[in-house]
Amino acid sequence: MSANTPPEDNSKPSVAFLFSIGLISAASLGCEILLMRLFSIIQWHHFAYMMISLALLGYAVSGSFITLMGERLSRRFDHAYMINALLFSLMAPGSFFLAQKINFNPLEILWDKGQWLRLAEIFLLLMLPFLFAANCICLSFLRYRKHINRIYSADLIGAGSGALGVILLLYWLFPLTILGLISALALAAMALLLTDRRQLKPATICAGFALLLPVLVWHSDLQIKPVTYKSLSQTLNQIGTQVLEQRSGPLGLITVVASPDIPFREAPGLSLLSRSLPPEQLGLFVDADSLSAITHFDGDLSRLDYLHEMPSALPYVLLQQPEVLILGSGGGSALLQALWHDASRIDAVELNADIVDLLRHQFAAYSGGIYNHEKIHVHVAEARGFLESTPALNEGKYDLIQIELLGAFNASSAGLFALSETYIYTVEAMQKALQHLKPDGLLSLGRWVQLPPRDGPRLFATITEALQEQGITDIAERLIWIRSWNMSLILVKNGRFDQTEIRQIKTFCSSRAFDLVWYPGISENEVNQYNRLSQPFFYQAAVALLGEEREKYIDQYKFNITPVTDDKPYFFRFFRWRALPELLAQGKTGGYSLLDLGYLVLIATLILAVIFSVILVMLPLLVNRTVRKVIFASQSRVAIYFSCLGFAFIFIEIAFMQRFSLYLAHPVISAATLLSAFLVFAGLGSRCTGREKNRRFLIRVVAGIILISSTYLLFLSQLFNASMAYSNVSKIIFSVILIAPLALLMGMPFPIGLSRLAGEQNDTNDRLVAWAWCVNGCASIIGAVLATLLAMHLGISAVIILALLFYGIALMSLPDYQ
Amino acid sequence: MHITLIKRDLLCKHGLPPVTICLLLLFYWGSAVFADDFSQSREALVQEIISDFKATAAQTHRAEMAPAVLNALRKTPRHEFVPSDQVKRAYRNRPLPIGYGQTISQPFIVALMTELLDLQSDDVVLEIGTGSGYQAAVLSEIVDQVYSIEIIEALGERARKTFDRPGYQNIHTKIADGYFGWQAHAPFDAIIVTAAASHIPPPLVKQIKPGGKMIIPVGSRFMTQHLVLVEKDENGSVTTEQILPVVFVPLTGGGKR
Repeated sequence: MSANTPPEDNSKPSVAFLFSIGLISAASLGCEILLMRLFSIIQWHHFAYMMISLALLGYAVSGSFITLMGERLSRRFDHAYMINALLFSLMAPGSFFLAQKINFNPLEILWDKGQWLRLAEIFLLLMLPFLFAANCICLSFLRYRKHINRIYSADLIGAGSGALGVILLLYWLFPLTILGLISALALAAMALLLTDRRQLKPATICAGFALLLPVLVWHSDLQIKPVTYKSLSQTLNQIGTQVLEQRSGPLGLITVVASPDIPFREAPGLSLLSRSLPPEQLGLFVDADSLSAITHFDGDLSRLDYLHEMPSALPYVLLQQPEVLILGSGGGSALLQALWHDASRIDAVELNADIVDLLRHQFAAYSGGIYNHEKIHVHVAEARGFLESTPALNEGKYDLIQIELLGAFNASSAGLFALSETYIYTVEAMQKALQHLKPDGLLSLGRWVQLPPRDGPRLFATITEALQEQGITDIAERLIWIRSWNMSLILVKNGRFDQTEIRQIKTFCSSRAFDLVWYPGISENEVNQYNRLSQPFFYQAAVALLGEEREKYIDQYKFNITPVTDDKPYFFRFFRWRALPELLAQGKTGGYSLLDLGYLVLIATLILAVIFSVILVMLPLLVNRTVRKVIFASQSRVAIYFSCLGFAFIFIEIAFMQRFSLYLAHPVISAATLLSAFLVFAGLGSRCTGREKNRRFLIRVVAGIILISSTYLLFLSQLFNASMAYSNVSKIIFSVILIAPLALLMGMPFPIGLSRLAGEQNDTNDRLVAWAWCVNGCASIIGAVLATLLAMHLGISAVIILALLFYGIALMSLPDYQ
Repeated sequence: MHITLIKRDLLCKHGLPPVTICLLLLFYWGSAVFADDFSQSREALVQEIISDFKATAAQTHRAEMAPAVLNALRKTPRHEFVPSDQVKRAYRNRPLPIGYGQTISQPFIVALMTELLDLQSDDVVLEIGTGSGYQAAVLSEIVDQVYSIEIIEALGERARKTFDRPGYQNIHTKIADGYFGWQAHAPFDAIIVTAAASHIPPPLVKQIKPGGKMIIPVGSRFMTQHLVLVEKDENGSVTTEQILPVVFVPLTGGGKR
């Protein structure tokens, strides 16, 4: 092997080498997506997010490390590249299995400081593969300093392809098998470099291992082990449980469990007075948590009388043979409830195709074939997307639209969804749903009860806002709100409730020990009767939200219950900073349980990312005098330019991904399309820069980005509305066409700046390039977390505007030629 | 390990009575110090719970514990109900892991749940979810009979072994489905459920005596959010009361609306 490449070698990177870089990047991004998936199964989503976000600091560590090493590494480029690729190949799976062994319990994190140490151990381990991948790329910038645009292009195109590849592979393969493939990709990257250097024998060995590795992983008995506190682990500890089926997909790992000795009895909010009990059920777990049930049904509806004893049965008391739309039909309990109540037609919308497939085939006999029932029409789609893409008839189609519970009872109470966008509980979603209702039709919204109340008041505030915006004046006459000890149900009528209906509702509640919260004409002495709270909090909320002092009430409430909109679609973020001191002071007597863990984890991630970034960026300056001198000579331009680019790129990417996710409706399709389109077209953009490095060119690029983004900011909603009913394929193509020009331009500023720093080969320039890579890496990671936080507080539009501002600042601080 | 071998060697080969005596004395002194340590930390824990009760009285309406509850907390050795790796943390006012994805509840919550049941010395109590056995042990100091059901075999067996020791003869356990209660000994003056499910089992409600109570904690394993107290009056009517241990009213102004 040629250990040392000549110091002044300005040759172009070969196609084989560019492929090698592409493979390393594909493996690295694939690894990121996969680790997020794996840790969502083992742990909970928000901690997975934290671990992986911080692990990505491996990119910044790489920059910092190479800055310190100077040209020592780049002089031995081939060796360094090979070693790093090999280490990536070993540590991509290795760090996962080691991290899985660490006994980290996020539920204990507020009780036990030792858990933070374990969390740190995990993220440091997971950082390793990203560090090695980033080393390969950064060293390649130095080795091919005159062709940085080509290297960066291969890096981005590889990353985009890796993202798309892994998301698609998740449909067919279990995550651990894909981890084997990712490891093999790095070996293939080594083989390509060796081929390029005419080292054919070692290249063949590497390629052989690359082919062998996935086969070995496929046949190994490596396992994903969820922590013992996840519902699935706990269930499997019970006597007589058995896993019947496991399916893996990008939307989650589905596990079906039988428990004949301690039967599942899922019946949310079942009345304490119910004489009828749930029959035999199978447990349906998603990502080892979020328990729902597949109910045994032998065709005899009389055995399912319990379905009439839950709060969700209320709308059926008011309707005769309704046409029903169920959003989120899952294991099918809501479908059985509709059948029990003699619905004439049921449209069932379920996002997860695996669940539908299981109920249509393997568990069809067990579930009485409900997903094949003549009255039931199944649509595999996202709930909001279904509402948007189904044309609303003049008078609406449904007598009842039921939005099923999202999330399990305990997950909901622990604030685990605070991070995720939820487009079904927004003002716009409510308005859309109402458009699909027939006159006098009902929209039914069930939520778990949280104390102090959060979900209920927020949903009520959102609905009233939606009605108000539509110019409806008799809002109070159109709403019903009831609750049991753990469920609340809000009914919205496309018309006014009459006295007969109100009598029926009162009878329904009193015979089941459910409480009335709101009906038109309710008085305070009718509330808080069966499930008593120290004050009638729910009734107080209803009165306030329908009254003159609505805004003041929302503003003063200790949790965030402001109406949710598409611009800030974070229904589950209830946290307000001003409540924090009070909650912490009473932590041990229940205060901890009221903290929005998801949100606080996001804040903690941001703080940690900033601290680590400062250390990584400053370390080379403190240690090496030459670096310090060069950086200071640039008048902070390098730092400002590359950090602004990092922030701007990731802000735009995340903001538009959120915007498009509503349009493309399906979270997986949306993530795969957007991520790969952004990265691949940015890669092509980088390739287009060629030797263009001057300021004038950059001005044109930034002007283009600002022009396109501003146009989208103003007109994207209209474009989406006009094309919402198109087929999925058309919408994907349309999205790619929209993203392409923007991403193309966004791929240019980074290689332009870096090429100006690279100059001729010398130690100082090497360090400067590596330092810029470090700064950019830090900004991208902080930016990703910050973008989510800013979207929560200021809205998605504000994130885009800020990104454009960052591009403007970057333009003004373009570093000088070295 | 080495020390143990040396000691055994000394005792066996030479049969030195002074060494044996010294060791025995050392052992008793050690255990006395240990026991003393635990009783001190147990008392400190009880004092902490007493202050928690005062702090949360506005919501729970219980500023103090009944003497029987207080006595039970003082007597029950929590360190005997936790796994060996948790013994040093046994008297902290926090939930602790006991294996199998289960926890021993926070002592304050155990005290509050016990207190809210208003137990009498001749009461018969049913517990669903034996877990560590600590809650059953506390109850056994107060009431006549405690029946406890566990669904995880290993935990049930472990608790049963602990209850074989003197002092817990009034605790009866079985490993079974708790949904239908324990019909043979029903009705009960009080029922305590250690984890909330998607609904309160109606068969359990039926097994509460008129005038009796049932209590259920809601939340995750490590964070109790609130307690649900189910009450059945003398006529058999059932109501629930949700008790938030936190002095936290959703509105500003201390809830003076």
